[in-house]
Amino acid sequence: MSHSEHHTERNTLAGSVEKSVEVQAHKCYQCGKCTAGCPVADEMDLPPSMVMRLLQTEEPANDERILRSHAIWLCVTCEMCLSRCPMEIDIPSMMDYLRQRARKEKKVNKKAKNIIAFHKSFLNSIRFTGRLYELGLILDYKRQSLNMTQDISLAPKMISRGKLHLFPTMIKGTAHIARIFKKTRT
Amino acid sequence: MKFGIYPGCSLTGSARDYNESVFAIAEAFGLEFTQIPDWNCCGATAAHNLNKELSLALPARILALAEKNGLEEIIVPCAACYSRLVVTQHELKKDPELKNRICEVIEMDYRGTSVILNVIEWIDKYIIPKLEEKIVKPFNHKVACYYGCLLVRPDKILNYDRAEDPQTLDIVMSKIGAAPVDYPFKTECCGAGLSISRTDIVSKLSGKIIEDAEHRGAEAIIVACPMCHSNLDMRRPDINKYWKAKYKIPVIFVTQAIGLAIGLPAEKVGLKRHFVEVKIS
Repeated sequence: MSHSEHHTERNTLAGSVEKSVEVQAHKCYQCGKCTAGCPVADEMDLPPSMVMRLLQTEEPANDERILRSHAIWLCVTCEMCLSRCPMEIDIPSMMDYLRQRARKEKKVNKKAKNIIAFHKSFLNSIRFTGRLYELGLILDYKRQSLNMTQDISLAPKMISRGKLHLFPTMIKGTAHIARIFKKTRT
Repeated sequence: MKFGIYPGCSLTGSARDYNESVFAIAEAFGLEFTQIPDWNCCGATAAHNLNKELSLALPARILALAEKNGLEEIIVPCAACYSRLVVTQHELKKDPELKNRICEVIEMDYRGTSVILNVIEWIDKYIIPKLEEKIVKPFNHKVACYYGCLLVRPDKILNYDRAEDPQTLDIVMSKIGAAPVDYPFKTECCGAGLSISRTDIVSKLSGKIIEDAEHRGAEAIIVACPMCHSNLDMRRPDINKYWKAKYKIPVIFVTQAIGLAIGLPAEKVGLKRHFVEVKIS
């Protein structure tokens, strides 16, 4: 049995990551380039190289720490870590997987609430109109995050510059988009 | 010659200035676009963060519509949309099973044959060959060329410019008379999709990008991404507040700079819509 098969068959987060996004955690040798280049590393509870190290341990408690981390939601998918990784480990794709897994298992870090609220508002806008309706996004985000005063001065300035539409543009294929959302269980 | 264009949502709203400049220079060079009929949002960061299948299905519908309408080459001015379309094409090519599943989801045929150009590739291919004869007012300014993330990364998939110290935007700007400064922040991240949910992080990261450009004596930051533009321009009051600074450097789309160099008025290329006043011409 090869090393990689050994991982895949085990019921650990490293095993699922390998199976889903072909990231082999054991390849990481902790050079730290990902964390050094990560623009948000100093905001993270677990910088990317630390996530890799915890994955390697295959300890349930460490898997739990990763899924419950704030870090996986702070990752902005700038792709810097991947481009500098000497082992070409696709950390950005892994972060996408970890976020979706954390939501599925209801292990989302409380501090990430607003980030997720924003993503949900964004997708809601597309679900109903096919395109992003920026004013709708802002209002829906305010409703979800209860952050009423933020950016309140921005909207009038955007409107005066012709940068914010008051009404959404509905594409013809809205029913088509709704089916895509349904089939992908979004 | 007719190209397909995928404007993406930003260009119809907060990046209307970018859209105006793309269309204005296209017109000046006799180039016509056909919008991909009934295009939808690419899903952006939200889709790939929350649902992998959705993040592939939304761009796949766009590409399938382009194929269906015979648009073989499509220009995608938004760097974020460009990245989503190219990455989707790559993922579906790599995994035929996944491709079949996505075709089922979008209820359309998808072959993956579209040639997808980012704005600089489009400029290189169609504007540069006829540029010299059109320049009436060389853009004689020191500039910091800011590529951001998604125009150059993931570099192994985009296969475009080099990931560290890319050059394509600097070369285009030199050709209209600008003097690009050495700029180590050219591929640092502006904070991207955290603009609304974590404005503090965006202010911090964007501030560093702006500070270094000013420090190096640049008169403008040149961009090719609407998200970078809105973070560096529209978020300037937040940035100045966060850093207790008074950064004044304007942020100009590469297409706006080209427009000025070929003598188009500032209004026509959307320069009057910026938050940070653009005094250079």
